[in-house]
Amino acid sequence: MLSRVADNLYWMSRYLERAENTARQLDVTMTQMLDSGEATPNIRWNRLVDCLAVPSPFEWTGDVEEAARGLIFDRDNPASITYCATSARENAGQVREEISTEQWQRLNRLYHHMHSPLAQEQFSNSVGEFLSTVIDGIHLFKGVTDTTMIHGLGWQFIRLGRYLERAYATATLLEVFVKQAESDHDARRAGYTFLDQVGLLRCCTAFEAYCQFYTAEVTTERILEFLLLNSQFPHAILYSVDSTLQAIDAIQQASNRRPSDELKASVGRLQAMLSYTTIQEIYAGSAGQFLNSIRRECIRIHEQIFRHFVNYSIQAALGG
Amino acid sequence: MCAAPSAELETLFGDYVLDGAYDEMRTRDGSLREEYASLAEMLASLPPAELRRRKQAADLSFLTQGITFTVYGREEGTERIFPYDLVPRLITGAEWTKIEHGLTQRITALNEFLIDVYSEARILNDGIVPRELVYTCKHYRRQMRGFRVPRNLYISIIGSDLLRLSSGEFVVLEDNLRVPSGVSYMLSNRRVTKRVFPELFHNYGVRPIEHYPQLLLATLRSVAPEGRPDPKIVLLTPGVFNSAYFEHAFLARQMGIDLVEGRDLVTHDNVVYMRTTDGLKRVDVIYRRVDDDFSDPQTFRSDSILGCAGLFSAYRAGNVTVTNAFGTGLADDKAVYAYVPQIIRYYLDQDPILPNVETFVLTDDKQRDHVLANLDKLVVKAVGESGGYGMLIGPQSSSVERATFADQIRANPRNYIAQPTLDFSRSPCLIGDRLEARHVDLRPYILFGDKVSIVPGGLTRVALQKGSLVVNSSQGGGSKDTWVLD
Repeated sequence: MLSRVADNLYWMSRYLERAENTARQLDVTMTQMLDSGEATPNIRWNRLVDCLAVPSPFEWTGDVEEAARGLIFDRDNPASITYCATSARENAGQVREEISTEQWQRLNRLYHHMHSPLAQEQFSNSVGEFLSTVIDGIHLFKGVTDTTMIHGLGWQFIRLGRYLERAYATATLLEVFVKQAESDHDARRAGYTFLDQVGLLRCCTAFEAYCQFYTAEVTTERILEFLLLNSQFPHAILYSVDSTLQAIDAIQQASNRRPSDELKASVGRLQAMLSYTTIQEIYAGSAGQFLNSIRRECIRIHEQIFRHFVNYSIQAALGG
Repeated sequence: MCAAPSAELETLFGDYVLDGAYDEMRTRDGSLREEYASLAEMLASLPPAELRRRKQAADLSFLTQGITFTVYGREEGTERIFPYDLVPRLITGAEWTKIEHGLTQRITALNEFLIDVYSEARILNDGIVPRELVYTCKHYRRQMRGFRVPRNLYISIIGSDLLRLSSGEFVVLEDNLRVPSGVSYMLSNRRVTKRVFPELFHNYGVRPIEHYPQLLLATLRSVAPEGRPDPKIVLLTPGVFNSAYFEHAFLARQMGIDLVEGRDLVTHDNVVYMRTTDGLKRVDVIYRRVDDDFSDPQTFRSDSILGCAGLFSAYRAGNVTVTNAFGTGLADDKAVYAYVPQIIRYYLDQDPILPNVETFVLTDDKQRDHVLANLDKLVVKAVGESGGYGMLIGPQSSSVERATFADQIRANPRNYIAQPTLDFSRSPCLIGDRLEARHVDLRPYILFGDKVSIVPGGLTRVALQKGSLVVNSSQGGGSKDTWVLD
């Protein structure tokens, strides 16, 4: 597969995952803002911005709707959902022959939806419902990707982008959550409010799955265990890392070149970190640092993917 | 023997005007040409609603196949289909035989011309074609001098445009030796017509064309460099923003070859490679759909981002075959076109089977004076343009337009030629519920590998706007399926 094509598919996938994650976290945050709790809307907004790793500036002006509008519709801000949808579509547009007609149509529909007057209307009526339509649109795209695309190299690069983005984003979300708790002694003593905990689970579409796995009793420790170490739940970090490794293995197997040792080592290391540890061990050290190291590994893996599949030097490639 | 049309068909024809122009379907007195009898009967037998339904089905088919124009702004992604008329255009076996022979002769001669001009230039030394004409041609490429192209083939993929005159005779209007397009429409039109009028295919023996991609692939393989038994063949496209991009993607897919852009290619030690997730892969044959000018910033336009630096050097080193070769634009320059009959005679010692259209070369004083005095009757074209741009159609022009062109001609006579306005043939097209006459041309697609092969028929382009003589897609043109009958 042409490196450029793999690059486009990978980024298309990452942008869509990012858009979905942003939509979901925004939805949860806005619901939480409706409740008067300890956290003021200001604090909630800043927390959201941290969880999404949004580069400044994204100032809080006091107006919830204005802030949400920016995060959803601002075409020039790389953190906005519209920017992500647009970028995903642009990437897809470069590789039309690689994706099916249905995939393109779904993406196109999502893009046009974000830019339509109807979207503005829906947003004004109910932000939650509007965000649902966005998430639905992305789900539909993922659905047709799995059913109408050959599960070859292109599909593997799409998976790679999705799960690496997910691992990183989930680690970021959890790191903010954990660090905030570690620094806020009152909160730790009082325990998290139930809404904060449920909110966190909902950000990862994990509430019901969690209840199935553990019962409806929600504890912070179990939440972290579930979202970090569960190998069967698709939004858990271990699951995401496993899927990342599977995609990389599949891509390497289709290749005649020697696989990249450093890439194999990085992903293997990350997978081992998560497979062979327990939540108690994590808590014995610093959960925040643990999550931070996961994020750093994800970044390293991304760079290595590029160095090996896309950006390799000609000398290295010809030298063997 | 020609049959008189039935009453239903008369209704369908409505106010159809038969005049001096050759009508593809009917003779001047209104009788149907023999080969059209079955088709006409079928058309007449269908109620208007059914015809409309079939037309809609055809349009939908084009959309779902993705053979479209895309308007790609930052905000849009609207796709339009290239207008298709469902009434096929028929050519008899006998007519086709002559076209085939004529084009084979022509292409062979043009290839010889290119070989000659870029080496010994005998034809110039013998004064058959004016030297200045060749060396002032924008598309003449000095860089090709003295280079022996693979298999002695400058041109492998050609599209020549033919017109039918009132006598019924076909003439060649122009040759396209650089990046002729439209093949994807030819193939889609056939696919769609089979769905729209399956019954007709039983009645007629229509020569198949679906093997074009296989023929093209074989042609590309045949020009691979020596010693490359399993050559890597790629199609080089300018990318998604090029209006013919869908054709590039379509052909690459049909042939099972990689579709690459300049940025996917790198050269090293005069070998071309493509950058893949599996490392660098050597490229042996490039089917080039990028103009000479943009192909290699080291050799041609340095501001081009569509090409690959070092491509031309690798080509001259014989490590990669690029087809069509560089510099072929010399032979499809419209002023050089005027000399093609002499070119055929010079290299093949034969008279041209297919005539040229009378052409005035404006670097000649006498011819230029005549043209300037008769602009309102003539068609003036810029020599290096395509797509119907840079053209003046005398009888349809305003005096301001003519004055502007006159100035341009005087300022740069080398850049223009003039031809008589031809009343070329018309074909019935379904406009609403009626058949109306529209001008059509014919572009057969010619491949030159081990030998010249021409897929039967080609693209019949239609000037869809009433009274228009311009068939190009970018200017309101459309197309028809073309049937060569057994």
